[in-house]
Amino acid sequence: MILVTGNDLKTGAVTWWTGHGWSTAIEDAVDVGQAGDAIIAAEEAARRVNVPYLIEAEHGPDGAPRPAHIKERMRALGPTVRPDLTLKPNDVDAIRNVV
Amino acid sequence: MYAYDHYDQAMVDARVAEFRDQCERRLAGKLTEDQFKPLRLMNGLYLQLHAYMLRVAIPYGTLNAPQMRALADIAEKYDRGYGHFTTRQNIQYNWIKLEDAPDILADLAKVEMHAIQTSGNCIRNISSDHFAGAAADEVADPRPYAELLRQWSSFHPEFSYLPRKFKICVIASESDRAAMRLHDIGIRIVERDGALGAQFYVGGGMGRTPMIAPLIRDFVPLDQLVTYSEACLRVYNRYGRRDNKYKARIKILVHELGAEEYTRQVEEEFAHLLDQGVEPPLAELERIKGYFADPAFDAADVEPDRSDPDFAVWLDHNTHAHKIPGYVSAIVSLKPVGGIPGDATAEQMRVLAELAQEYSFDELRVMHTQNVVLPHVAKADLQAVWQRLNEAGMGTPNADLMGDIIACPGLDYCSLANARSIPIAQRISERFAANGKEAALGELKLKISGCINACGHHHTGHIGILGVDRKGTENYQLLLGGSEAEDTSLAKITGPGFDEHGIVDAVETAADVYLREREHGERFLDTYRRIGMAPFKEALYG
Ligand code: HEM
Ligand code: SF4
Repeated sequence: MILVTGNDLKTGAVTWWTGHGWSTAIEDAVDVGQAGDAIIAAEEAARRVNVPYLIEAEHGPDGAPRPAHIKERMRALGPTVRPDLTLKPNDVDAIRNVV
Repeated sequence: MYAYDHYDQAMVDARVAEFRDQCERRLAGKLTEDQFKPLRLMNGLYLQLHAYMLRVAIPYGTLNAPQMRALADIAEKYDRGYGHFTTRQNIQYNWIKLEDAPDILADLAKVEMHAIQTSGNCIRNISSDHFAGAAADEVADPRPYAELLRQWSSFHPEFSYLPRKFKICVIASESDRAAMRLHDIGIRIVERDGALGAQFYVGGGMGRTPMIAPLIRDFVPLDQLVTYSEACLRVYNRYGRRDNKYKARIKILVHELGAEEYTRQVEEEFAHLLDQGVEPPLAELERIKGYFADPAFDAADVEPDRSDPDFAVWLDHNTHAHKIPGYVSAIVSLKPVGGIPGDATAEQMRVLAELAQEYSFDELRVMHTQNVVLPHVAKADLQAVWQRLNEAGMGTPNADLMGDIIACPGLDYCSLANARSIPIAQRISERFAANGKEAALGELKLKISGCINACGHHHTGHIGILGVDRKGTENYQLLLGGSEAEDTSLAKITGPGFDEHGIVDAVETAADVYLREREHGERFLDTYRRIGMAPFKEALYG
C-alpha cells in the first residue's frame, strides 16, 4: 500500500493522510493507491501539511499499516531510546515492531 | 566572558524580529517551504524525524549560569524537558514547534544567545578548547581570538554563500582537545620568541571524505589574523567545487590543488589584502581580551581529602590541571551508564547553572565529547561539587574511558541516518559497566555516527562505529586507530560489518585484544599503532 505522510506545518508533528484529513496515528492512515500526487498537491496548497511525500507500507500483524522502511516506522512511533516520548509509551512491543 | 555591546544586541534582536515575520508569512502561506527552508536554516531550525529541531550556538562552547538557565527554561517550556549537547559544542532541541521558534529566539536573545549560522553554507559557530582560560598548558586564552573571528564572520556578506559549510576551531596549547585539525580551518595560537602568533591548518574535516588539515602557515602575526583567515576563505570561495555537494568542502579543494599550491594562492591573496584595511585595529582585540580577564582566583592550594574511594576515582578521571594551583577544571559527565550521550534534562542544566555560580565564577563549557566543564573549581570545593553532581546523575567518573562515548542522534532523531547510534552506545556502556573492564582499559575513545556524515566523529575514535544500511536493516562497521588529539589520525575499517548485537561483542573483542597485547603504559591506541590491524582482524573474523 501507498501512504501519504508529512509533518504538520505548525508543530512539525509527523502526520498521516486518513482519506479526509491528517492524523498523528499511523493506524488511521489509508492506502491512497494512485491518488497520492493529487492529495499532496491539494494539501500542501492548503497549508495543512509540510513537505508531504509518499511511502510504501504493508499491512502489519495487527492490521495497521507497517512502513517498509525503518525510518518511517521510527517516525510513526517516536525515538526508540525514549519510550516515554513515543506515541505508545505503555506498549512494550511497540519498539520491537520498529526495528 | 564576552558580553554583547549594543551592536551585537541590535543585530541579534533585529534577526529575531526578521525571523518572526518570516515565520508568520510561512504560517500564513505567503512563503512556500522552498522559499522558507533556507530562511529557517539560517536560524538553526531544521525539520527532523519527529518535529522541527533547533540548534543553538554556544560560541566556543562557553556559557554562563543565566545562559544555562535559559537553555533549561527553553527545554521545559518549548521542548520535552531536555536538550542534546553536540560534538560542535552546541545544543539541539528535538521537539520544537514552528509557531514557537520566534519566541525561543527572543528568549535566547535576552541572554545574548542565538541560532545564527548554525546551519547553511556559512562560517559556523567557532569551536575551541573546553579548558580555554583555565588550562595549565595554554600559551594564551584562545577565546578572544575565537570571538574576534566570530565578529568578523557573523553576517559576513562575502561568506554567506560559500560552496559549503565552514568550520573554524581555535586552540592555544600543544595538546589538542578540540579536534583542531579536523576543521576547515584549525588555528593554534603559539608563542615564538616572546610573541604570540597563529599556526594555520587548512582543509581538515570528517564526513564522507575525512582529511587531516595540513599546516599551511607556521606563524601569522596576531595583527594579521583576520586578514589571513579572509585570504584562506577567499581562495576557497572562488575555487571551491560548487558543482558537486560532495566535493564542495575546502578539504577537497586543498587536496586537489595540493597544500602547496593552495598555500601559494592564499599567500598571494594575503599579500593583496594586507593593504586593504581588512584587519580590525589591535585595540579591538585588546578590548575583547578585557572580557576574558581572569576572575579573582584566590583559593589556597589544598589537596582534596581522598578518603572516600568513589570521590578519589572521580578526581582521578574527571578533573584537569588548572593554571592556578588552587584550582582544577571539573568534567561533568553526561554519560551515565546506559544513558543517552550528551542529553541533559532541564533540572540537570539548572544544577549546572547553580554549580557554576557557586563554584566556578559563573562559567561553564560544553565539550566536543558532549560533556560539560566547570572550568574553575577551587580544590577545596571539589567534594561538594562532586556530591551535587552525583545527586543529579552527572558524577559518573568516566571521562575519556569506554563509557564516555560520543554518539550522534542517529536514526532515533536524524532524518539523514542509516542506523541508530544511541542504543549502540547504551549497550556498550552497559556491557563494560557489567564486565568491569572499563577501569583496566584506561583511556579509550569510542565514537559512533549513524551515517557517513560523521557527526559522531567515528573517523577519530580509538574505536569508531559507523551505522550503515544493509538491505534495509541496520548494520555497523567497526573502525580502529583514530584520534582527534594532537596525534591526529584517521581510523580504519576492520572488515565486514556487524548487526546491532554483534557490534557490541566486536567492541569487547577488540578491547580484549588490547588487554592481551598491551605493553606497559600503552593506551588502546598505542597498542593498535604498534601491532597493527592484523591481530584485531584475526580475533574479530577468525
Ligand atoms: C539534525 C541533525 C543533523 C544533520 C542534518 C547533520 C548534517 C550533517 C552533514 C550533512 C554533515 C556532513 C557535512 C559534509 O561532510 O560536508 C555533518 C557533519 C558534521 N556534523 Fe552534523 N548533522 C546533524 C546533527 C549533528 C549533531 C547532533 C552533531 C554533534 C553531535 C553534529 C556535528 C557534526 C560534525 C562534527 C560533523 C563533521 C565535521 C565536518 O563538518 O567535517 N551534527 N552533519
Ligand atoms: S552522522 Fe548522520 S545520522 Fe548522525 S547526526 Fe550526522 S547526519 Fe545524522
